[in-house]
Amino acid sequence: MATQGHAAAANGHDAHGHGDHHELSFVQKYIFPLDHKIIGMQYLFTGILMGVIGALMSYAFRMQMAFPGKAVPPFGLITPEFYNSMVTNHGSIMIFWFAMPVLIAAFGNFLIPLMIGCDDMVFPRVNRLSYQIFLLSAIVLIASMFVPGGGFGGAWTSYPPLSASSVYNQTPYGAPMWLFAVALEFVAFLLGGINFITTLMNSRAPGMKMYNIPIVIWMIIIASILFMASVGPLIAGAVMLLFDQTIGTGFFDPVRGGDPVLWQHLFWFFGHPEVYVVLLPAMGIVAEVLPVFARKKLFAYKTVLWTAIATGVLSFVVWAHHQFVAGIDPRMANIFTVTTLLISVPVTEMLFVYIGTLYGASIQLTTPMLFAIAFIAEFLIGGVTGIFLGASGSDIYFHDTYFVLAHFHYTFIPIAVIAVFAGIYYWFPKMFGRFMNDFWGKVHFWGTAIPFNGIFLPLFYTGAAGDHRRSFDLLNFPELRQPNLIFARQFATISLLVMLGFQVIFFINFFYCMFRGRKAGANPWNANTLEWVAPSPPPHGNFAELPNCHRGPYEYSVPGRESDYWPQNEPAT
Amino acid sequence: MATAIPIATQRSATGIPTGKLALWWVIGSEIVIFGGLLASYLMMRLMYDSWSDAASHTNTVAGAINTFILLTSSLFAVLAHDAAERGKGPQAAGYLLLTIGGGLNFLVVKAIEWTGEISHGFTITTNTFWSFYYTACGLHGLHVIGGMICMGIIAFDAVRGKNLQRVEYIGLYWHFVDIVWIFLFPLIYIAK
Repeated sequence: MATQGHAAAANGHDAHGHGDHHELSFVQKYIFPLDHKIIGMQYLFTGILMGVIGALMSYAFRMQMAFPGKAVPPFGLITPEFYNSMVTNHGSIMIFWFAMPVLIAAFGNFLIPLMIGCDDMVFPRVNRLSYQIFLLSAIVLIASMFVPGGGFGGAWTSYPPLSASSVYNQTPYGAPMWLFAVALEFVAFLLGGINFITTLMNSRAPGMKMYNIPIVIWMIIIASILFMASVGPLIAGAVMLLFDQTIGTGFFDPVRGGDPVLWQHLFWFFGHPEVYVVLLPAMGIVAEVLPVFARKKLFAYKTVLWTAIATGVLSFVVWAHHQFVAGIDPRMANIFTVTTLLISVPVTEMLFVYIGTLYGASIQLTTPMLFAIAFIAEFLIGGVTGIFLGASGSDIYFHDTYFVLAHFHYTFIPIAVIAVFAGIYYWFPKMFGRFMNDFWGKVHFWGTAIPFNGIFLPLFYTGAAGDHRRSFDLLNFPELRQPNLIFARQFATISLLVMLGFQVIFFINFFYCMFRGRKAGANPWNANTLEWVAPSPPPHGNFAELPNCHRGPYEYSVPGRESDYWPQNEPAT
Repeated sequence: MATAIPIATQRSATGIPTGKLALWWVIGSEIVIFGGLLASYLMMRLMYDSWSDAASHTNTVAGAINTFILLTSSLFAVLAHDAAERGKGPQAAGYLLLTIGGGLNFLVVKAIEWTGEISHGFTITTNTFWSFYYTACGLHGLHVIGGMICMGIIAFDAVRGKNLQRVEYIGLYWHFVDIVWIFLFPLIYIAK
């Protein structure tokens, strides 16, 4: 970290307006920063910490699934209440406090100003506020697990009537605190999203036209717009549910004239676009990594951009495929089946474009490239199994089984784990000015990718055989006591332990290389985008001189040029 | 350092000032919040005929007076913007204070109205119509209060001729709050 202060001092001549570059105290710089890069780091580290907590929760309940009734060190015997609370908070944390802060807030904050060539976000103080609200929401959520009655256990979807009354959910404090934490998190991301969108619209480097913006920036912005357009009804719904829980209204209580299915509509109207809110930035990270290590232009830039926008639009009309068994009109189920199958078209198109980028390329299998390619392969499995669930006929059979669980983990783990690792290994030299160790990176890659399949492939099988998602002890059902099902569950759990174990290598590699890694220059990967013009790590204000943009971001191996890359800021000669 | 404005904030690739652009996005996100609430209300209202009985107890006169007050206050917001455009800070601040006065009037009428409803036994837990009534109007009322506080801060600056562009932005926000009421009034008060 000392290098950052040094680089800031070296930038003292300062051609662009920060007249007073006096040294900031530690508290000003790292605790209450205005610099987008430090705020991005805060999001990154908070998100990863929450991710670790979420992963430990999965350890607790997977042990219960594989070895029911046995004590799980260090938790002891898992009670049903504890199990429910772990499952609920695992889901909530992984989506709201890990995937979103890391993929959107951390990468968005770090990358947007650097990649569009300006010195900071347009509203640095709003940016800081957004992180502080996010941190508060995380603290409220963690605290909710230690109040009388324990943490909320009504699943991350929080369906009423279970969630609406402490008579049913037995968590008089946990449930409202969970809801309050989620609402705070939404506020943080609304503030951050407005900042992101405004920054991209107004503050691009001179000459950066619409099709010169790197895909990852487009994806983060489209995701922010999707989030903003979809979260409103759920905020309204959260207020209604909070009133149901605390002051006794009956919005979702059928006995008193309310409607529990209304919550499901409000939740999934947000919840399904949310899938694409996290998917698109992951797609964007992969789109940055692939051309650099394939040394080839991204195949069909405009197709990626427009299919991403099409995905965003379609994502608003698919939500009821989560509710095929909730008593919705079968005619409506037909419509939502069609729209759900439709949305797989643009997503598949994006994957085709990525494979097209790899075709005929001179591929360098560095750690980030391995993760990026793994994303394509693994996400494909997640997408294909989604077809079974999007079709209402088969979904009625698969609903709420481990098949569903395996499906969405095959989408979310490539998104939130594999793509995030690709991004971290790729931008680590820019973040800290040093490389991560490539050998241990590859060990970490194989130790993540193989056990990941080991966890969730068996769960497709147990799900199809009838394992129900919301059951505390599957051995209560005689037909689920077959030895092959028990073996599959244990295989999944042991794979999880292996995968968690390999993450230790990542953390050692990360923190060791942060201080001791091999030094990286400004542009270690010979990449084109503007963040590689700035020194590594970039000082306050990012660029010695704010760059201009002259071309698109993916001009690799252009015929007739000596070097195989062509930075965006280099004037044409 | 904390006061240095980044270059990013001063750029304007769209030609729209950054603050105004952000405000439009704020309004966009608010529209979906109220949109979700009102859509839920409408769906249930169409589902249950019995709601019209409950709705017949709302105080249409109070609602009408409030509509008039809010529209008038929006006029002052426009006049404040006009004064700010001509660089007359103190005059703009004066009009902003009148707008705040309109907001205060609105809240007073609302308080009288709610006291009446509650004393007749119609509280937020009476039935789902009244739950929506208090939730929607309460959320709107919070936006009125928030707008008034921001307007006070902006008026304080405007007296000294600072940040006059913000007079326009708060005006945009105030019109939005106004328009939300234009939807609430017929849906909750007029439709019986």
